[in-house]
Amino acid sequence: MLAFHLIPYAVAAWLFLCGLYGIVTSGHLVHTVISLVVLQTSTYVLLLAVGFRWGAVAPVFADISPGVVTVDPVVQALMLTDVVVEATVVALLLAMVVKVHEKAGTLSPDDLRMMRG
Amino acid sequence: MNVKWRLGMFFIAGACFLFFYLIAARNLPPWGHYPGPYGDVISSLAVYQRHATDVVNAIDYDYRGFDTLGEEFILFTSIIGVMLLLRDPKPRGGTAESDEGLSKTVKVSAGGLFGITLIFGLYICTHGQLTPGGGFQGGVIVATAFMLVYIAENLRRFKAIASHPLMEVLEALGAALYALVGVSALAVGLPFLTNWIPLGTTGDVFSSGTIAIISASVGLEVATGFILLSYTYLQDIVSGREE
Repeated sequence: MLAFHLIPYAVAAWLFLCGLYGIVTSGHLVHTVISLVVLQTSTYVLLLAVGFRWGAVAPVFADISPGVVTVDPVVQALMLTDVVVEATVVALLLAMVVKVHEKAGTLSPDDLRMMRG
Repeated sequence: MNVKWRLGMFFIAGACFLFFYLIAARNLPPWGHYPGPYGDVISSLAVYQRHATDVVNAIDYDYRGFDTLGEEFILFTSIIGVMLLLRDPKPRGGTAESDEGLSKTVKVSAGGLFGITLIFGLYICTHGQLTPGGGFQGGVIVATAFMLVYIAENLRRFKAIASHPLMEVLEALGAALYALVGVSALAVGLPFLTNWIPLGTTGDVFSSGTIAIISASVGLEVATGFILLSYTYLQDIVSGREE
């Protein structure tokens, strides 16, 4: 029974480690950025799992009466804004990747070792 | 440090992380049995305190409005960063963009969807205080409507909309409006971002005071921001080819 209750937390850990593995072994900068996105989705799984409640409804009181048991709205609010903000941050990282390719002519992190003034 | 060393370090660090994470996870509430109390308190109070029926947006644009202001400025600065980095596209070879790429069926469908998508996006932006939605989601839908212009017409038509000076002004205005709503509370002698505007009737579109205004301003910021973002990338790809 204990293992069942740990399932979403295990999924979050799995996503986190998958993303980290991708970053560590990455041979292409676009792949590194996408791995970071995978890593970050683990936080969504973790947050939503903490606030979930069996048999509860969404915290929107437009068509339910006040006092009905709902899932935790705080964790949902935490991740809601981040979904859109993350997309723009990824766009910024990819713009940096474009510039790296222009300046260095390569996208492999291993070939970017030397510093140039 | 080669890949082998990096992998070794990853497995050591990953095993350590997993060990402590699983110890910590055992003390988290079991899945599906959220114990409260904060979520329950705010769920039962938000409708009475703020006259907003969507509690998630009441938290985002009011109870933790200061955090959301910060998040919105992350979005704002990221978009400025992209525009700054890609301001001067370099020729990269390849063929020039042609307008013949897509079939008539795709173009006509995209044109027909433009109005529906735009209205739906504006609806989501302005009804965030009542039903699921709000500025962040609605803004992305509005931006999608303008990308349908690119599919239905051509890049030149999309450029004419996206490169209009008004687009940057509107983006800055969206970001500024949020901060101005916060400052306006100071003007009437209340703490920053206090919901001081009359709350109206619960369930009405013009209810919940500053929540509706902030949600709309975030929608403006996100919509124009994403249009500028896609325009910057398209510009980089296309002018890289033409020259």
